[in-house]
This record gives sequence, C-alpha cells and structure tokens, in this order.
Amino acid sequence: MDRIENHPILGASPERKLVSFTYNGKLMEGFEGEPIAVALKAAGVMAHRYTKKKHEPRGIFCAIGRCTDCVMVVDGKPNVRTCITPLAEGMKVETQYGASAKNVEAISD
Amino acid sequence: MTERYDLLVVGAGPAGLSAAIEVAKNGLHPVVFDENARPGGQLFKQIHKFFGSKEHKAKIRGYRIGEELLKEAEEYGVKVVLNATVIGLYQEKELTVRIGDEVKHVKGDSILVATGASENMMTFPGWTLPGVIGAGAAQTMMNLHHIKAGNRVLMLGTGNVGLVVSFQLLQAGCEVVALADAAPRIGGYGVHAAKVARCGVPFYLSHTIVAAEGEECVTGVTIAEVGPDWKVKPGTEKHFDVDTICLAVGLSPMSQLLKQAGCEMKDTPGGYVPVCDALGAASVPGIFVAGDVSGIEEASSAMIEGRISGAAISHYLGYLSKDQLEQKITELETALGSLRKGMFAPENRGKLITRTEENIEVSMNLLEKGFVAEEEIERYPGVKHMVGIHPVMECTQNIPCNPCQDACSKGCISIGDNITSLPVVQTDQKCIGCGMCVASCSGQAIFLVEEESEPGFGTVTMPYEFFPLPQAGDHGKALGRDGKVVCDAEVVSVRTAKAFDHTNLLTIKVPSDMTMKARFYKCAAQ
Amino acid sequence: MIDIQEKLKEIGPYVPAPDDDMLLCRCEEVTKGEIRQAVHAGMVTIEEIRRYLRCGMGLCQGQTCGKLVKSVVARELGVSPVEIEPAVSRAPMRPIEMRILAEDGGERS
Repeated sequence: MDRIENHPILGASPERKLVSFTYNGKLMEGFEGEPIAVALKAAGVMAHRYTKKKHEPRGIFCAIGRCTDCVMVVDGKPNVRTCITPLAEGMKVETQYGASAKNVEAISD
Repeated sequence: MTERYDLLVVGAGPAGLSAAIEVAKNGLHPVVFDENARPGGQLFKQIHKFFGSKEHKAKIRGYRIGEELLKEAEEYGVKVVLNATVIGLYQEKELTVRIGDEVKHVKGDSILVATGASENMMTFPGWTLPGVIGAGAAQTMMNLHHIKAGNRVLMLGTGNVGLVVSFQLLQAGCEVVALADAAPRIGGYGVHAAKVARCGVPFYLSHTIVAAEGEECVTGVTIAEVGPDWKVKPGTEKHFDVDTICLAVGLSPMSQLLKQAGCEMKDTPGGYVPVCDALGAASVPGIFVAGDVSGIEEASSAMIEGRISGAAISHYLGYLSKDQLEQKITELETALGSLRKGMFAPENRGKLITRTEENIEVSMNLLEKGFVAEEEIERYPGVKHMVGIHPVMECTQNIPCNPCQDACSKGCISIGDNITSLPVVQTDQKCIGCGMCVASCSGQAIFLVEEESEPGFGTVTMPYEFFPLPQAGDHGKALGRDGKVVCDAEVVSVRTAKAFDHTNLLTIKVPSDMTMKARFYKCAAQ
Repeated sequence: MIDIQEKLKEIGPYVPAPDDDMLLCRCEEVTKGEIRQAVHAGMVTIEEIRRYLRCGMGLCQGQTCGKLVKSVVARELGVSPVEIEPAVSRAPMRPIEMRILAEDGGERS
C-alpha cells in the first residue's frame, strides 16, 4: 500500500530514519519507530498469521492493539502485536502459525 | 512501596485529560495512565473541524484540540504515564498497572475511569480476511502513520464515524467505491454525507455485506439490499472489486474495569454502562466516570464531562466548596446541554425526524442518498438568491454548531442564541466575498455564489481539502451535489490562508444557470 | 433467574442454520453454530458459554466478539441482549505474560 507523502490537512509526512528488518528471512525496509504492521503494509504484506484450528490468514484489524489479530513472531517471541510495536533496526519478523513461527501443517504435509 | 495520588485517571483521551486538568487547577495531584504510546485518545486521528460553539472549540480540528489539551495538561503539571496498561481496578481504589515488564500497584483517593469505547463489529462470510478492518484502524493508519488504509475501499456504516472516515479516505488519496448501511437512512450528520456524495461516492442504504471475497486477503465484496426483516433480497446483489472493507458499525463503552471494581452497572441498547449521577460519580464512593465509557457521544461532550467529573472529584476530596462546585457545574452543564440539543440529541437516536425546529421539511434525499436534491434545497433559510456575491448555506439539519455566525463580520449570517437553529442568510447585508464563512463551516456546507459575474456566467466558491490543488486557469468539470458532472468549469482562483486552516477556497466559473447546481470540481485529467 | 429446563422446552431443539460455520470469536475460532448448540445444551449465560467453548478467552479477551456472542445467545433464547447475564469481569484486562503477572507483589526469582 502507498504511503501518504503529502496530506491536504496534515502536510508532508515527517522525515524518519529508514531501518532494515527481515520478514520471513527476506530483507525489508521501514521507518524506525513506526508500527511493524505499517512497514509490512507498505511492503504489501497482508497476512500476518495463520490461525491454529482452521489455518486461516489474519492481518491488521483494529490497528490499536486491541484485537490481537495482527500478532507475529518478532525476534523469536510469539504473540507480538505488530500494530503497536515500534519497528527497530535488525528486527526479525516472522509469520505466526498458531502460536509459533513453524508452519506445522506445511511440515506434516 | 505503593504510590499514592489524589486522583488516578485511566485513559488519556479527551475526557481523562480534561478531568485531570480540572483537578490540577484546584490543587490536586492527579496521575493519568494510558496504554498507548501517545496521549490524546482518538483526538489525534480527527482531522476534521469540530462542531459546536466557541466554548466547545468549534471549527478547530480534532488533532489541534488534542495538542491544546496536552499543552494545558503540561502547564498544570498533570503527570501522564504512557505505555501503562491498567489491568485491574479494585474497590479499595487501587489500580494494577503494567508498565514494561512490571505490574505496579497504585492507590488513589479517587479514581476516574475514562477508558472510552471500542468499535463494534459485524459478521459476514469472509469478515476475518486480511483487508477487513475497523474504521478506526483506517484512521489510525492514515492520520497517525501516514499510510493509505486501502486503494479501493467499501465503507459499511453511515454514522458519523463512517461518513467522516470515508471523507478522510478520499483526502488520503484512497478510492471509496461506496458506502453501505443496513439502516434505511443515513445515521450521521447530513453535511458529512453531502461532502462525500458530491465527490461521486454512491450511498447504498438498506444494504448489507453478503460476503467478502478473497483467499489470502480481500479482493472483492458483494453487497445486497435488505428488506424490513433485515433479510437479503435475492437478485439485488452488487459486486465491487476492493482491497479493503471498512466497518463503522457503532461503538460500545469499554466499561469492564468498572464492573470489576464492583460498580453497579446497567445494560442498555447503547452498551454496558456504569450507573452514575449527573456529575459522573459511580456507585462505589470515590470512583467517577467521564466520556464514552458512560455512553457514546462526541469528543466535544467528553471534554466537558471530564471537566464536570474533575470538579466533582475536587469537591469530593474537599478542594472545592459546595458553592464553588455548583457554580462550576451550572456553567459546564449549560455548555454540555447545548451540545446535546437538536436532531442528533441522545433522546432522538434512531428516530426519524421529518421537520426541522423551524418546521421545514427535512430532505429525504439527504437521508437516503447523501445529498439534498435540487428541488429541496431552496426551502432552507440559508439558500437565497441575490444580486452579487453571497453565501449559500446548505445546512439543513438542526445540529449544534454556529461558527459561521461569528465568521461573518458583515452580519450576513445569523443563527441566534440557539446553536442548533438553521443559519439564515440576511438579504439586507452586503457580502464582501471574504470566504471566512466557507472555511469556518465544519460541515463544508457553505458556498459563495455569484449568479452573474459576467454575461451568462457566474462563480461558485467551495471548500476544497484535497491534493493536488487545482490552479487558476485549470479547466475541468463541475459536479453536482450527487457527484455527477453538471457542466464544464474553469478555475478562477484558489485561495489559501492561515485563517482558513487547510480549507482551500476554490472558485470556479460556470454558466449562470449552473451556479445553484455546481458544488464540486474535478480537474479534467481525473 | 431463568428456569433452564422451561427455557429449553420453550426454544425447542437446535436446528442447524446455513451460517453456523461463521466465526464469532476470532481468537479462539469459535463458530456461531457451536454457540447456538451450547445454548441448547443448557448454557444461558456468557460465563458458562465462555468456559465451555473458550470464546472471549483468547488473546483479545473478548474485546471483539463479546457483543456478537451476546446477541447470538439472546436471539437463540428469544430475549433482548440486555437481558443476558454479562460475563464476569476480572483482571488482567489485557493480555499479559504469566511471567510478569506471576512476579506481581512477589520476589523476583
């Protein structure tokens, strides 16, 4: 999704520092301090996790840390709410399957 | 050691901050906890100008009001603790707060719960797909994090949240394919609907979502008409290719902490709320509430409720005499009372009002399609035909708002003391075309019209809050209230000024007979 | 107080509906059908249903589904949602790691 460079009311978006992070091993860039979910959205990532029982994709839903649908495995820690967790240089972000970064279903196939 | 304060406030939104400021003014030491990284609650996502009167900070944009509140809080030494999640509230007036990797216990002589509200959701096949988001999520992404919420969006819900966020989506450069609502009539302010409709966005009332489509994320949506039994009418399905579906289907008070503390609660159609008195005191002595947690209203009301509770708390702890309290409350309740008047007053919720306070028929087209029809517009007192430039005020519902009256230094506009009255254009006063009224109208419902500025042609000046900004000399199309092309148009001037606060004044030249029809401009390339 | 036996007689047997597979609780993946069946099994309060099905007991703690579950239960019982006994409200109100909660008021080990 496009970032908003210049807004008719809010003006130009603030200048921020670009940092790199990995998403499922792939190198990506985002702005330091913005929610991880926003950096992912800018890169076109929609599915943050797959549910435990039905293996369905989930992504951003409330964007304020309430619904917990956007949780991912961040630096090895599962259930991290990416919509309110600030992005930092070198973060390792992984899709969450159930409650882990391992896609159990894919392994058993 | 357990920390102790005069007042513990849960939630640094408009209500919580206002209460903390009020008690601090009276010499108390409050502390405000908020689970978010930034204070201000939802105010910083509100980029539209607020309604009301001067005392309600009308015509100031929400985020500016947020900045003012924070500044005031700082001036009075209000301590605000962020990233602090209150996880428990106990009758002994103790909070457990998670800060970092620690659970802290904090005691207060009084507690104010100002936790606000959470968005309601509704189910349909595919509602869990990535791309289905709350309207609040869209606001958060666009206005706080500077990213489009979606490229092509369908909005479900036509209450003020749905309408305001739809306009914000357009401002951010997203395409809004339609607004749908299962209700037969638009729920929010007509002026909010009209500014979306004139951009060409269709409204589908009595329509609901049949299904969201997509495997990994949303790729489309189907809506269909519902009958009075709320069931889908077969054959009425409409499909849209979208990547985002926004849900704006109401808010519910977030009152769980109060229930946990043992406060008496009541279940109402508007949500599960604490039983409290007019000053916000809950059933447990020393526990107070303010803002949406006690019933959903606008942020302007939340700020006054916060100040009322703040005054009540100051009195409860002996920092304000009974007389001082009464004086304060009278003043604040008058301010609150005027916000709670008009067609959208709490007691009118869900009711169909067919006539205005002036006994003028309400535009049914506005309620069902989002814009006032041509044959309806002439009956309102803000719409007059005059020689020379003059304001045309398409304000057709009794909403509490009056900045236009103060904006006109020439006395062309009058509302009177009752701020919900429809604005009246005074034909005996001379408009100078300054445009202050156009920029002051939070509903963007005022236009300057000169029916004949040169033989056969006239001009229309409209509020314009989009990028790219057209330039004088540009040629394009004039759109009607329904968003459909009415004629060719040439941009005569584009005025921007600090006093207009980001509302640009776009003047277009159109044939004279189009001056009462042209209400939006689209450049030729779009 | 609802007489459960009387109420069950009054509402009749559970009849499958086409949208029974609709998810209501996004966190614990509980469907509308499961909730409807729970009502017909004699569970008429949110508390009973959430203990039985875990709806509202996942990461988000019922923030999203609370009202939805309540309306399904109410419709099944043929009463207004305001008549349904709400769930008990207890700490912690937000998801918190057991490691952090366990140290509350105690010594760090």
